[in-house]
Amino acid sequence: MVASCFLRKCLTALAGLLLLSFGSLAASQIEDQTEQFFRSGHTNNWAVLVCTSRFWFNYRHVANTLSVYRSVKRLGIPDSHIVLMLADDMACNPRNPKPATVFSHKNMELNVYGDDVEVDYRSYEVTVENFLRVLTGRIPPSTPRSKRLLSDDRSNILIYMTGHGGNGFLKFQDSEEITNIELADAFEQMWQKRRYNELLFIIDTCQGASMYERFYSPNIMALASSQVGEDSLSHQPDPAIGVHLMDRYTFYVLEFLEEINPASQTNMNDLFQVCPKSLCVSTPGHRTDLFQRDPKNVLITDFFGSVRKVEITTETIRLQPDLGNMESRNQS
Amino acid sequence: MGLLSDPVRRRALARLVLRLNAPLWALPVAWLERTMRSVGLEVYTQSFSRKLPFPDETRERYMVAGTNVYGILRAPRAASTESLVLTVPCGPDSANSQAVGLLLALAAHFRGQIYWAKDIIFLVTEQDLLGTEAWLEAYHDTNVTGMQSSPLQGRAGAIQAALALELSSDVVTSLDVAVEGLNGQLPNLDLLNLFQTFCQKGGLLCTLQGKLQPQDWTSVDGPLQGLQTLLLMTLQQASGRPHGAHGLFLRYRVEALTIRGINSFRQYKYDLVAVGKALEGMFRKLNHLLERLHQSFFFYVLPALSRFVSIGLYMPAAGFLLLVLGLKALELWMQLHEAGAGPQEAGGASGPGPPLPPAQSVGLASLVAPLLISQAMGLALYVLPVLGQHVATQHFPVAEAEAVVLTLLAIYAAGLALPHSTHRVMSAQAPDRGWMALKLVALIYLALQLACVALTNFSLGFLLAATMVPAAALTHPCGPRPLYAALLVLTSPAATLLGCLFLWRELQEAPLSLAEGWQLFLAALAQGVLDHHTYGALLFPLLALGLYPCWLLFWNVLFWK
Repeated sequence: MVASCFLRKCLTALAGLLLLSFGSLAASQIEDQTEQFFRSGHTNNWAVLVCTSRFWFNYRHVANTLSVYRSVKRLGIPDSHIVLMLADDMACNPRNPKPATVFSHKNMELNVYGDDVEVDYRSYEVTVENFLRVLTGRIPPSTPRSKRLLSDDRSNILIYMTGHGGNGFLKFQDSEEITNIELADAFEQMWQKRRYNELLFIIDTCQGASMYERFYSPNIMALASSQVGEDSLSHQPDPAIGVHLMDRYTFYVLEFLEEINPASQTNMNDLFQVCPKSLCVSTPGHRTDLFQRDPKNVLITDFFGSVRKVEITTETIRLQPDLGNMESRNQS
Repeated sequence: MGLLSDPVRRRALARLVLRLNAPLWALPVAWLERTMRSVGLEVYTQSFSRKLPFPDETRERYMVAGTNVYGILRAPRAASTESLVLTVPCGPDSANSQAVGLLLALAAHFRGQIYWAKDIIFLVTEQDLLGTEAWLEAYHDTNVTGMQSSPLQGRAGAIQAALALELSSDVVTSLDVAVEGLNGQLPNLDLLNLFQTFCQKGGLLCTLQGKLQPQDWTSVDGPLQGLQTLLLMTLQQASGRPHGAHGLFLRYRVEALTIRGINSFRQYKYDLVAVGKALEGMFRKLNHLLERLHQSFFFYVLPALSRFVSIGLYMPAAGFLLLVLGLKALELWMQLHEAGAGPQEAGGASGPGPPLPPAQSVGLASLVAPLLISQAMGLALYVLPVLGQHVATQHFPVAEAEAVVLTLLAIYAAGLALPHSTHRVMSAQAPDRGWMALKLVALIYLALQLACVALTNFSLGFLLAATMVPAAALTHPCGPRPLYAALLVLTSPAATLLGCLFLWRELQEAPLSLAEGWQLFLAALAQGVLDHHTYGALLFPLLALGLYPCWLLFWNVLFWK
């Protein structure tokens, strides 16, 4: 009699232990899920896409910018969160034998101009002053909303620039330049005004790596199409249109981005491998020392897409404030 | 029995008279208008007329009248603010009909494309460059040369670039390009580079100054050929003549080239399709531009199509030559001051002498007379030949053109007798040092003129400097007078012109005998005066009003008593 009582007690204790362990396992799964939810600190995405050169034979720079615009829109960033600056009009240029189109490949498969492009800064409005005002937010009160970068401290911003550049500068419109120091200072202003959470800077110009050498603000990752002393080359000329259609680096980036969909888990390390020297002739470079997260944990869609995080759960979750993160933000 | 009693002779005379009254060759204006209109261009005509200052013997014309025909291809989607010009100059001695055919074919082809951002003007001019000048003046609403032309009915915006085409036959063995324009102006080097790129792409044989491109630059042959091409370009640029219709466009800052199709004895011949493709490529590239051509050099000399010497490299040479004149002038200035100081000290030591040594005041007065007289001779050289041609033809059995040239030579030679006359005008008190002051003024005058000329037309400035500077620096009244006189005469502007003509034909591998050279020299003098009156070329007034008086001053210095 006593033995069966003891056995029953042991069984209940065992059952209780198992239930507790399962419960704790389930609880840790919920916690993992919630960890995943707050893995990246951003809640909204912005993109600033700049093409700085005019003239018909710089068709490829506009095509570069429009390809990134197309990818970014396709992956979910709406026009209201994209500031598109094009220094010249190629689609409606009287020299364009295929009006209202901008092609990225000589087979003319992909018209990157599309049907619903919204250019925010056009033609002579693309100046160094306007670009810096957009970044830092020092904009006259009469500026329309579509021309503003209304980012906050939880925004991930993608900044893509293309044009003609050199060691330490990027040429705007054949008449002025922005230096790497100015750009670094602009990003520091953005950091101090809490205008970004994380920033991805991509540049496709000659000697592009010189433009990210001087960055000193945290949470910036940078990619460039060529090192200092190297030229970024264009991809192919098209005899019908009469100009080079795209630059090599952005051509292969576009090819890579066409494979990405909003649910893909591809990370930044794959982007760093795009366009090796054998294809690009120049050596693409990147800089991650200012970035806090490990690039392999950073998804492409963290910057190129606007992925709304929705998790459906029936459990109750108690959220703890992340004191460590908040302290670091208040200190810096 | 007179000339007109024989009916056969009467008929022959009537036909001759009819022939002389009717032009020998005229542009088929109506046909051109119809054809251009059928291609789809907007067609307009312009008539012009001009009476030349004296009959042009080489082209046999005096009262010139003609009609230009031009068609405008409007850009389909642009605002007609800019245009490109393809022009074919036609004339009685070079009908250029193959080029007109190519122009019409290109117009038909261009009309079918939608990528033109600039209007294209297809211009056919009559009477060679006179028609081109009339059209350009009417287009830009100026009147620089006294041409009477009807105003243009149709315009197409600011002209960005122009190409002039001259073809002698429908097969072409090589394409020759001419860059030198009126008064030595040159188009932007980018336009020449454009032509050279399309020659290479199309596999066409292209020549510069009629010479092939040297292939081998490592041995002596390449640089030697380059030197010949460079000398030819220098001589052509120095002459200041427009060597093709493009030369007149340059005055309005329109970059232009003349492309000549040469048919010579070579094995490989190109048909007009190849030439047309090159022209189409050039026009398409010019269409891509948003701004005028301004990135490359405007001042250069070319040893080959793919090589150039920029102004930064060649200007120091002219600078050093003119420095010789400056240093000589400085030396004379110091000698004058020393000599002036000498008698002053002597005067001061001996007693209260006159405040200014009398030598200096006499020096100034003795300078004015030679200056005025030599400038008057220059003015006579400029004005008298054309003004006095009718008087000359009345008294001597010569034609008007010959009268002009002979008057030129006569006044030029009369200048040589000047020193004897000026010495009679001036008092016998001309002191020994007076020649130094005159030479000083002459040296500075020459240096200033040559510097100004070298800046705008480097070849002319350098050529004149290279010949006149040694003689001018060496001139001295004491010393072997006949030797110095010979040197000065041999480096005078007219002798330089004669020498350059011989050198030019030598470099073109068609050397002249002395008699032929003299005939060519006379023809060149007449052409120089005509170019000045019809196109505004500045070589004749520069030589007559600027360099000849300066040279006369040195002649005066040499024969100073």
